Amino acid sequence: MVNKLLKLWPPLAVLAIVVLGWQAAVVLFGTKEYVLPSPLVIASTVMKEAPRLLEHTSATLGITLLGFIFGAAAGFLLAALLHLIPGAKAGFYPLLVLTQNVPVMALGPLLVIWFGFGLMPKIILLTIVCFFPISVAMLTGLTKSDPKLLSYMRMIGASKSQLFWRLELPHAIPYLFSGLKIAASYSVISAIYAETIGGSEGLGVYMRLSMRGWQTANMFAAIAVVITLSLVLFGIIFALERLFLRGTARSSKGE
Amino acid sequence: MRLALEIDAVSKIFPGEGNAAPKFVLDRLSFNIKDGEFVTLLGPSGSGKTTLFHIIGGLEQPTTGDIRLYGESTLGKRGEIAYMPQQASLMPWLTVARNIELALDIAGVGRKEARTLSRDWLERVGLAEVGDAYPHVLSGGMQQRVSFLRALLSPQPLMCLDEPFGALDALTRMQMQTWLLSLWEQHRRSVLFVTHSIEEALLLSDRIIVLSASPAAIVREVEVPFPRPRGELIWSDPLFNALKREIYELLRPAELNAGGEKKEGGADGKLREPYSVG
Repeated sequence: MVNKLLKLWPPLAVLAIVVLGWQAAVVLFGTKEYVLPSPLVIASTVMKEAPRLLEHTSATLGITLLGFIFGAAAGFLLAALLHLIPGAKAGFYPLLVLTQNVPVMALGPLLVIWFGFGLMPKIILLTIVCFFPISVAMLTGLTKSDPKLLSYMRMIGASKSQLFWRLELPHAIPYLFSGLKIAASYSVISAIYAETIGGSEGLGVYMRLSMRGWQTANMFAAIAVVITLSLVLFGIIFALERLFLRGTARSSKGE
Repeated sequence: MRLALEIDAVSKIFPGEGNAAPKFVLDRLSFNIKDGEFVTLLGPSGSGKTTLFHIIGGLEQPTTGDIRLYGESTLGKRGEIAYMPQQASLMPWLTVARNIELALDIAGVGRKEARTLSRDWLERVGLAEVGDAYPHVLSGGMQQRVSFLRALLSPQPLMCLDEPFGALDALTRMQMQTWLLSLWEQHRRSVLFVTHSIEEALLLSDRIIVLSASPAAIVREVEVPFPRPRGELIWSDPLFNALKREIYELLRPAELNAGGEKKEGGADGKLREPYSVG
């Protein structure tokens, strides 16, 4: 634990220097607030706007979590199915990449046309964005089981389902968490984009309104909230990973 | 006397890929293991022992021939043998006790019984304190003890041990041999054991089947005359050394036998190292 805290020091120190330099530069050059607000102004804006920010953040958080959970479930199921159904991976895996090649800018408006301005198109958009890194990471984990363990399990007569539940799935868990971490970062950014294509609440809407009104400080306040949100989500998944893999962390690689 | 295992004229030919010639791995291999007997297959590397294990384990079909366990043909049937591989093959995400339970569970032992069995036996062989540890904290020798225990507790009557000590250092290996010997002599399971080490084979087995290099065929069967229970003492028995030399002569590569002493030069081979030590 002490080690962890020591590791946090260097980035925090760099961050502090950057913020101080920023503050000094804005004061020194007399930069106008609508061009670049100083950290102090941003902090006071966060305080002032706290009630509105909180309201919009909870809307964004709702979409993010729903989309992330659907995406994670879809990614997990898809990886398991592609792995377990013979031939499915060969047929579908290359096509999965196609879903990621459709620009989100095009997908968003299309989903609004098909599903209206409600929650539905946003959740679908997030699911599409989130499932991919999870599926790909987990499929890698499922197919890369240790050959000597695989051969042992087959020699003692493990059935296909026993192979999956007792060897391949546990082996894929660290891979699954890598996918979840990537998807978590994507999900917050995608949720904010999804809110800008239709709807009346959320940090995406707040940011768009701030920009229209040249309220740059509000924009920066929202950015600070988004970064915090992403970090918290990432931290939760990191903590879950630790909990799942305790005891085996050192041996999950190598050997 | 019941036969635990009958290998009946088993041949295996792998079709060559592309223009390569087909690979002849096993050549009409026939031998059997009596119930409660410890039989060792001894042969040079690449003599198809792993292929034979895969056939006995049901992972592969022989090109010709039949495998019978206690009178019943088990061609292509998996899960009929208790198995200990060369590498310990413990799941890194399970504790030692859970690893043993996993193998028993797959062999069809109930979860509760598997749990009590693994706890009891870990304690009986002096491994109680590592039951809740993860495999990576164990030394190679300890991991192999757990791996052996896992096979010993599996309910299938025939145990197949595939070069179980091949990856251990010489000293650990000798300790493991005597450990296994004492455990086995208490329980007398039917065992098919594979090794490169003549000394290991002589110490442990009732009978040694000497195989030639590819395609594997039986060169000779050697009954090991030492009475049981055995111990390290037989290492200094003159008969032990005589048998060691005799088997080593069988295993020497053909060109050395024929052309005579290319490497060592000694006329009677007195100075020659044994085929494999420890």
